[in-house]
Amino acid sequence: MIDIQKIRADFPILSEKVYGKPLVYFDNAATTQKPRQVVEKIEEGYYKRNANIHRGVHFLSQEATEAHEAAREEVRAFINAKSTNEIIFTRGTTEAINLVASSFGELLQEGDEIIVSHMEHHSNIVPWQMLGLRKGTVLKVIPFDEKGVLKIDELDKLISPKTKLISCTQVANSLGTVNPVKEIIAKAHAHGIPVLVDGAQSVPHIKVDMQELDADFFVFSGHKIYGPTGIGALYGKEEWLEKIPPYQGGGEMIDKVTFEKTTYAALPFKFEAGTPDFIGSTALAEALRYVNAIGIENIAAHEHMLLEYAHEKLEQFDNIRFIGESPNKSGLVSFLLGTVHPYDLGSILDKLGIAVRTGHHCAQPVMDAFGIEGTVRASFAIYNTKEEIDIFIAGVERAKKMFRQ
Amino acid sequence: MTIDEKQDDIIAEFEFLDDWLDKYQQIIDKGMSSKGVDEKYKTPDHLIEGCQSKVWVAADLVDGKIIYQAESNTDIAGGIATMLVEVLSGHTPQEIIDADLYFVEQIGLKEHLSPTRANGMLAMMKQMKLYALAFKAQQG
Repeated sequence: MIDIQKIRADFPILSEKVYGKPLVYFDNAATTQKPRQVVEKIEEGYYKRNANIHRGVHFLSQEATEAHEAAREEVRAFINAKSTNEIIFTRGTTEAINLVASSFGELLQEGDEIIVSHMEHHSNIVPWQMLGLRKGTVLKVIPFDEKGVLKIDELDKLISPKTKLISCTQVANSLGTVNPVKEIIAKAHAHGIPVLVDGAQSVPHIKVDMQELDADFFVFSGHKIYGPTGIGALYGKEEWLEKIPPYQGGGEMIDKVTFEKTTYAALPFKFEAGTPDFIGSTALAEALRYVNAIGIENIAAHEHMLLEYAHEKLEQFDNIRFIGESPNKSGLVSFLLGTVHPYDLGSILDKLGIAVRTGHHCAQPVMDAFGIEGTVRASFAIYNTKEEIDIFIAGVERAKKMFRQ
Repeated sequence: MTIDEKQDDIIAEFEFLDDWLDKYQQIIDKGMSSKGVDEKYKTPDHLIEGCQSKVWVAADLVDGKIIYQAESNTDIAGGIATMLVEVLSGHTPQEIIDADLYFVEQIGLKEHLSPTRANGMLAMMKQMKLYALAFKAQQG
């Protein structure tokens, strides 16, 4: 049995007051709070181990390099990738997807097709649109139904001899829908098509295993799993990362440089130009260790309990409308209350110390599909409690009265 | 009533509301009781776009006085717009141009609104004053 109060004690920000009221932080899909251990790792890095990494002759540089590469190994182990050659540090999910769109995109030609789902975050739509403008590739979209469940049968109709990549989210940030990515990968691989899985909202909540999943590319952000902002990872199967050209050029990703010809470094450095965030990487590793110490299955179970409880309580409002009603959901609930504009509801909850997110959640196509401008989204993490949901529900109740609904 | 008398009335209304949620309630109620804007004015020309709120503002000159209309798709912004209409409507362009909208700060709107909302409110005030300037220029 995990001790939630003990976990909460690791997160100093949870004792903060907002407008004189205790903070109820339900915006974890946007970013998570950080435990002391992660922040102390950053402090330790800058106070004890700060030096540029790789090819350094002095002690601090070697310490920093070891710590950074140990962090890479921690990421590899966390997602069970085969090799650290397959772990590229990036600034986060968005940069990781842009890297693949750019580098993998280099291999594509006019008329080649990329398939994404209708429930993607803008970060898994716009890079492919930009690729389309650069290379003349075509973007096709797997639709979802009125419950926010992906119409997986439509994928078969969308796949064509020109399909070169399928890029799909494992958990949709606006709906909470958990997609059948294994099934998608199986269908894709049957046609020799690689798959990129966006794990930004799955990694904090579900056990992910690259060897079991068999994704060709997988991306996630550190700041969504109790790690710092500015660091994330791209997993790529070694065969793919060898095949595709580098993304950014510069120091660190080279082998030999002359003005006549430059050769590139081996994996993973080929895709890591410039000085990396070698302090952030160690903090990310610490966050992953923190998650492992609790156990991702325990986190999933706790959050599932919270999600069910929140759902049950929200259902008591006669004018509640849930956006995203997949039977398989993770981590969040998106909803509307009568005709109250989400921005108004969010503003009232804010004044009660409750942090939720309102609007389109960087998923405008999802909102368009539902014919709405946005939703109120409450998203959970390991440190949230049933008591906090009670406060949240009381807040929604208060807002309902204030807006005369 | 003068613009300042109307402002003082609003300040009095808010004076005994300590809790910010009670102030929000007052703002929401004002918006809900407003007539909004005529359908013909719900065009992009009359739209002041905030981040998550839409506010339409229109102005007509009637017997040398400006009559404003305002409406929002969100209740809190709608209430703020309604208060501005209440204060500024029915006055000459010059009176509006000269008006110092001190009630906004005095009821605590400036410090308690998020930066986005505060910017939205400033945009509404600016638009209403721009209408006054335009009407004044027309009058010659």
